[in-house]
Amino acid sequence: MADKPRIKLPKEAAKGEIIQIKTLVSHIMESGQRKDAQGKIIPRKIINKFTCEFNGKPVFACALEPAISANPYIQFDAKVEEAGTFKFVWSDDDGTVITAEEKITIKA
Amino acid sequence: MLRRYAGLAVVIVASAWAVTCASAQETQRKGIPAPRGHVFKTIISGYEFRSKETRALQDDDLENPGFLAVERAADMWKKVDGSAGKSCASCHSDAEVSMNGVGAAMPKWDGKANKPINLEQRINICRTEHMQAQPWAFKSQELTDMTTFVRHQSRGLPVTVKTDGPMSPWFERGKKMYYTRVGQLDLACASCHEHNNGKFMRADFLSQGQTNGFPTYRLRDQRLVPLHERFEGCMFDVRAEPFKPLSDEFLALELYVAWRGIGLPVETPSVRN
Amino acid sequence: MKAVNRRQAFALGGGFVMLTLMPMAANAQVTNDAAKLIEKFTGGKQPSKGKISLDLPEIAENGNTVPLSIVIQSPMTADSYVKEVLVIADGNPNAGVATLAFTPLSGKAEASIRIRLATTQNVVAIAKMSDGALFTEQKTVKVTIGGCGG
Repeated sequence: MADKPRIKLPKEAAKGEIIQIKTLVSHIMESGQRKDAQGKIIPRKIINKFTCEFNGKPVFACALEPAISANPYIQFDAKVEEAGTFKFVWSDDDGTVITAEEKITIKA
Repeated sequence: MLRRYAGLAVVIVASAWAVTCASAQETQRKGIPAPRGHVFKTIISGYEFRSKETRALQDDDLENPGFLAVERAADMWKKVDGSAGKSCASCHSDAEVSMNGVGAAMPKWDGKANKPINLEQRINICRTEHMQAQPWAFKSQELTDMTTFVRHQSRGLPVTVKTDGPMSPWFERGKKMYYTRVGQLDLACASCHEHNNGKFMRADFLSQGQTNGFPTYRLRDQRLVPLHERFEGCMFDVRAEPFKPLSDEFLALELYVAWRGIGLPVETPSVRN
Repeated sequence: MKAVNRRQAFALGGGFVMLTLMPMAANAQVTNDAAKLIEKFTGGKQPSKGKISLDLPEIAENGNTVPLSIVIQSPMTADSYVKEVLVIADGNPNAGVATLAFTPLSGKAEASIRIRLATTQNVVAIAKMSDGALFTEQKTVKVTIGGCGG
């Protein structure tokens, strides 16, 4: 079972405000370059894609390569026009996904 | 062959450049005044010896990858494990309250075992004697996570290890180890961390070798590293046969080195190279 | 081996020393798929300099975890925004690091990640705008592998 991702963003924003979102997820990001004690290559196993949507619309995404450090940290911005839910998805090479959601409201 | 020298030329230029920068920053490194009779005049955390980018990683709890372990262990704290049907919380309730100050005072004298024990050992004593659960292996994610979580409850508190009474012979033993040259490279802990901190050696920038931040998230290993694993690594690096983690030797050394950092704030989970 | 007189030997030796002291390109040792990835992303078009602010440490504390921040100037409106950014490392075993995809909902074309660099090399970013315009920026990061701390 995957660990819970760590996410930081404000609970509310003014309409049209650009907020900063910080995300951190636990993952070994096995590059496929390392060898085990017997000299055999340890197979690659990384998170290869990250997406962020807001109320179903794409905000930011990135494709990751083995050159991304373990426990991937991804920080980006989002323009908040309405209240709603951010959905975050991290996709592993093996097809599994880690997901998280965070709500945000508009300041009165 | 020219290519190999090109790399070497770059390393030399890089090191020379960095040494100039490092020496310039020397006087700006913050520390605490050492107590009377201490080996240092000013006790300085490893934090001060790292680059500004590394320090920024530690300064923000979301950016600090060590907190992934703190969160994992916070869940484990409440999980029942072992045949006694208990969790850590069953006896210790809220860790933030019950564990406050505990990590800052380790290693501590254990009357039953008749020797000092550290945090990893204390956690396993709780597991085996009170939870009837299997002890966690040293370097396992569970033990490192829980050690990090417990010590984190002392973050900001000064290191306050006791070195007198029954601890005294262990303190002396650790002190002797610290000043004894070992390995093919014939170096003692003091060779680097006392006589040459603030300088480069073998392209590594030397700190005072303090332990107030352990377990620490090492950028190199991209995970939390417990103290005895670092002791092991240091001995391996000078091509000595390392003592075993959680051995009497490393317990004595842990006690002595904790004293060398007395009064420094606990920074667990810290971020280091 | 043909005998060389002292003058010739001196010149040879001196020349050799001169070569090692000359500033070398950061990636003199490795040729990876950087050119191929760049060609695929740009379609052969030459990117212009500008618009991109690429932030990396001059000397990496450790090559396994190097923080990278990037900001690209753009109004980020539906008519004009940063679409995609390719990040490559020209001295790694494989050049690809990440491809960032922004949208007008990003608000700002700004991101921070942590990357692995195997050796001293150039990190190159190429931004593709919504109108097809290409911009590029690069930074050299010095990476050493210490004998004790690693």
